[in-house]
Amino acid sequence: MERIKTLNTKNLCETAKKGGCGECQTSCQSACKTSCGVANQSCENKKTSER
Amino acid sequence: MPIFRVLNNHQSADIYPLDSFYKPEDKTLLHQYKLNGYNIVLDTCSGAVHAVDDVAYDMIELYKEKPIDEIIAELLVKYADREDVNEDELRACAEDIAALEASGQLFTPDSFKDMAGTLKERSGNVVKALCLHVAHTCNLNCSYCFASQGKYHGDRALMSLEVGKRAIDFLIENSGTRHNLEVDFFGGEPLMNWDVVKKIVEYARSVEKNFNKNFRFTLTTNGVLIDDEVIEFSNKEMNNVVLSLDGRQEIHDATRVDYAGNGSYSKIVPKFQKLVAARGDRSYYMRGTFTHRNPDFLKDVLHMADLGFRELSMEPVVSSPDDPLALTPEDIEIVKEQYELLAKEMLKRDKEGNGFTFYHYMIDLDNGPCIYKRISGCGSGTEYMAVTPWGDLYPCHQFVGEESYKLGDIFNGVTNDALREDFRACNAYARPECADCWAKLYCSGGCAANAFHASGSIRGVYKPGCELFRKRVECAVMMKVAKGLEE
Repeated sequence: MERIKTLNTKNLCETAKKGGCGECQTSCQSACKTSCGVANQSCENKKTSER
Repeated sequence: MPIFRVLNNHQSADIYPLDSFYKPEDKTLLHQYKLNGYNIVLDTCSGAVHAVDDVAYDMIELYKEKPIDEIIAELLVKYADREDVNEDELRACAEDIAALEASGQLFTPDSFKDMAGTLKERSGNVVKALCLHVAHTCNLNCSYCFASQGKYHGDRALMSLEVGKRAIDFLIENSGTRHNLEVDFFGGEPLMNWDVVKKIVEYARSVEKNFNKNFRFTLTTNGVLIDDEVIEFSNKEMNNVVLSLDGRQEIHDATRVDYAGNGSYSKIVPKFQKLVAARGDRSYYMRGTFTHRNPDFLKDVLHMADLGFRELSMEPVVSSPDDPLALTPEDIEIVKEQYELLAKEMLKRDKEGNGFTFYHYMIDLDNGPCIYKRISGCGSGTEYMAVTPWGDLYPCHQFVGEESYKLGDIFNGVTNDALREDFRACNAYARPECADCWAKLYCSGGCAANAFHASGSIRGVYKPGCELFRKRVECAVMMKVAKGLEE
């Protein structure tokens, strides 16, 4: 019986190997303006995007 | 593509010897919680999210605490009335857990601390986003305004076209190889200096290709001066528009008033509806603020949805603790409940074909930010700066008016190098309070301005903000799990 289901997520450890391209949106710039969260940003670097 | 990967079940214990995973000394940032009927395990350092049943939930909780035989014995007692729980089944579950650990999706050690200090150094002094304060004045007199009715505790002022163009040049000159550059027209009320906004856009468009840049503009407005011409230009040139609306009319009008004390709701809502209707697929946010007056802000979010708006954002007020509109500790508890109710309502409406998005629940697990972004955060004071009407630079819009936080100006560049270094050093690993927090790779250590206003230091922590942030991440992930299990 399967008791664990795992969502498809980007593996952060893999992204550590390549560093960041910095092209993604500035977190606070477009909406919230009063709090910082980065998880809803999308990766702009399709080539280095890792699963 | 399926949202879930199915685990290769029941791999041999010879391949993943269970005892080898019993390492209580490993520091991990696992977070387990139950919400809306789902058991969720979040492995912060890999970013993995697991939906588990009660048995696996308990086993994962105990997995690093004691040897597997003891865990199995304990769970056999706890689940004695369950036919599906026997020793073989529990050993199979343990093997699944071991396999997830071996594949780097569970109990992932927190190994990023050493690299945290160097990540921002890699970007050098690149600036990629500016918040242009084109108008330090406003046609509304909102009592909670952190910008002090647009004046930022200073004089009223409008940005000249010369300063605006120089800001664009400054951004291009300092953006290195970055292609996408962001400019937010902010205030005060930017529509009070609309001609200059349009000419700044025109100037940026005229030079962007020469420098291989792509400008993305955002307009943040209270809506009072929106007309057909503003709608047409904004929907053509602005990648995003942020429209300030606090929800229910009685809530909105209690705070967002003109200088005669009249509420602005009736005047702006039809304009916002017209702008959004004409916007097509381009992004916008209805962005509200909730205060001590409405910790039950779910009603305001749903009011905006019922007005036909689909991209919503609602933020806790930023104010000093002695402000009558500041959220109290009792309010914080109400707000946390409201976040849960909001997530459940969004799932319900989504099923009914009447869904909407909420900024803080738009978590991107599959193609979200890399670890660089997760650690380094919003970039305030380094990649992101605010520009006053006369061209001074501040780490972000929330620091404008704090003279000791002036970084320099757009004519001479950043001259307060020590301050920039302070901001560069701010990251998910900079604060001792964050050391054991499972959410730190979602918030990157939190908002420097919130920390400054709460503690007097950008290295401080705004604890109520942390509580709310964690609740929002829990809700956002729960929604992903709920939708994934439905497929």
